[in-house]
Amino acid sequence: MQKLLLLGDEAIAQGALDGGISGIYAYPGTPSTEITEYVQASKFAKENNIHSDWSANEKTAMEAALGMSYAGKRAMVCMKHVGLNVAADAFVNSSITGTNGGLIVVSADDPSMHSSQNEQDSRFYGKFAMIPMLEPVDQQEAYEMAYHGFELSEKYKLPVLLRVTTRLAHSRAGVQTLEQKNQNDGSLPSDLRQFVLLPSIARKNYKSLLNIQDAIEKDSEESKFNKYIDGSDKSLGIIAPGIAYNYLMENFQDKELNHPVLKIGQYPIPRKQIMKMVEECDRILVIEEGYPIIEEMLKGYQEAGTPISGRLDGTLPRDGELNPNLVAKALEIETVLDGEIPELVKNRPPSMCVGCGHIDAYTALNEALKQYGDGRVFSDIGCYTLGALPPYNAINSCVDMGASITMAKGAADAGLVPSVAVIGDSTFTHSGITGLIDCVTENSPVTVIISDNFTTGMTGGQDSKALGKIEDICKGVGVHPDHIKVFRPTKKNMDEMIQIMKDELAYDGVSVIIPRRQCVQTMKNKKLAEQLKNLNLK
Amino acid sequence: MKTDIILAGVGGQGILSIAATIGMAALHNDLYLKQAEVHGMSQRGGAVQSNMRISDKPIASDLIPMGAADIILSVEPMESLRYLPFLAKGGWLVTNTTPFVNIPDYPEAEDVMAEIKKQKNFIAIDADKIASEIGSKRSSNIVMLGAATPFFNVSFESFEEGIRKIFARKGEDIVNVNLEALRAGREFAQKNK
Repeated sequence: MQKLLLLGDEAIAQGALDGGISGIYAYPGTPSTEITEYVQASKFAKENNIHSDWSANEKTAMEAALGMSYAGKRAMVCMKHVGLNVAADAFVNSSITGTNGGLIVVSADDPSMHSSQNEQDSRFYGKFAMIPMLEPVDQQEAYEMAYHGFELSEKYKLPVLLRVTTRLAHSRAGVQTLEQKNQNDGSLPSDLRQFVLLPSIARKNYKSLLNIQDAIEKDSEESKFNKYIDGSDKSLGIIAPGIAYNYLMENFQDKELNHPVLKIGQYPIPRKQIMKMVEECDRILVIEEGYPIIEEMLKGYQEAGTPISGRLDGTLPRDGELNPNLVAKALEIETVLDGEIPELVKNRPPSMCVGCGHIDAYTALNEALKQYGDGRVFSDIGCYTLGALPPYNAINSCVDMGASITMAKGAADAGLVPSVAVIGDSTFTHSGITGLIDCVTENSPVTVIISDNFTTGMTGGQDSKALGKIEDICKGVGVHPDHIKVFRPTKKNMDEMIQIMKDELAYDGVSVIIPRRQCVQTMKNKKLAEQLKNLNLK
Repeated sequence: MKTDIILAGVGGQGILSIAATIGMAALHNDLYLKQAEVHGMSQRGGAVQSNMRISDKPIASDLIPMGAADIILSVEPMESLRYLPFLAKGGWLVTNTTPFVNIPDYPEAEDVMAEIKKQKNFIAIDADKIASEIGSKRSSNIVMLGAATPFFNVSFESFEEGIRKIFARKGEDIVNVNLEALRAGREFAQKNK
């Protein structure tokens, strides 16, 4: 078995490959993207016909993975935390259908919102769906949880949620691999109505799910991923799930930790160990990355009345990512600080790249909108969200994938005419098309700008499902061909762009404007160059 | 022995290539390694950093605690100052002197240099100039790494080995020019520390 230097994300992918997956499904999203990219780059995956193409969105990915599980094979589906909202319908119902082949759902949370709209904690989804959940402490455990997670899933015929956070997803360390397992042979579910969630069947399945809860809790109590490390000083007991355990131990590299510690890696939380700590210790400190989910549960969990500290009582900050210093403070360990950030150091926020086509599109849009005034541009999730920053100040919303078109419609319904949506090509096929259908059905006075750069840019230049299809999709859903306008956004074409935008803003109906120019970050992508040549796009 | 390094720069300046070389050097020595990177939105021209920890013992946290970094290695002068709260007493600030100006309120270059010179232990190096002198502008990050090597608890030979491994695919000439860049950076640091 070899030792590899892997990102947390890559360790998950390698664990899945060694654990016998037949397919991985995903839509790119920071910090989860590298899991799927690793499988896409794997020679082993190619030789063994392991599926790894991107899906149109997280919901289609989740459903495809469930379909693969139905057919008896092991599947993994990966997304960022907010992607799980998109996949939630399929995800929650997958705990009612149950699985056949092992199914792991990976959700990568982003506390401190490095690249996200919120810092929601996916562990609530695991609890909501009442399924086993895994949270690795380091890259090695990320590997092993992916590797063994399929067995756990197959043991209880339930999907397993594997939760990581940004820091582990994007941190590299050595990982020892395990023996390569074969893929499952295909097999149908033993009951061919297992996946038919008619009310009568769903009620029966749900009762089975409820009945199995004690067993999955017991599994947690016996799991090697949960460790109770006893200590002589019972004035305090410490519960540290996932990566929080590392931040705790960082503070005890050169001194003894005498308090009992419960490291949690598998959920539901292990009742036996928790109760031991509650009964033996005077106070409990819960250090968790994300929302105070264990802390909240403990408050209603025990009758002993043991005081519980954590994010809720201010011992740790209520929001944001943890780090060794915050944990030190919670333990009243003093940190010696020397340097300060000099005042002259200025913020350097991310910005659109020099030469980016979105910049020219925004310059034209700002000019065309001058006569109507500010406050009517609804945007979406992607590099073009950076149009919110100076000097562009070009957009007024960024909420969730696809919300630009539908919010523009709602605002137009309220009388804000013209109202404008700005969405990227990949986001359009992720969740924009259905909104456009709503606009067309009512002939709403909205101008939809699909800023097409042939890629999923923000996450690093992955495939765009919209490549070469946008006009046909728009025509297909009923946008009038006279109001689908394509141009190349460059400084040279500025006057023409502004005129087209002005004309379409004045039109009392649905228009689609497509500024189209390749993302400057993808110029070295040979596969894309070939595709563009074949599609006669530039 | 442990070395904690904060790598700093601006998205797109290639600090991860420095990290990869250090990683190879650590592997060559059979050391433990943890390296936290920044991916996603911040990579687009924003301030980026990577926490790199190498040690002969297992490492707990992926993040370096404040006041604990042995080295801040920055490919941009203002960015080198952003992480000062992480620098340990007696730690070294190693920075490139060429500003990367992509914000309207970037401070005066002399003021930035004055702040750098307030540090007890610092190496300020014009890595771009040195890289040009050896005929390989693209090796400026390796010059930077070279300038930081005297402050690692890892032998210089291991870094040379790291360079050989990382650039092997690109041919003997590229390997040699990067080895030269590494040595030039080290030489500058040893003369100026």
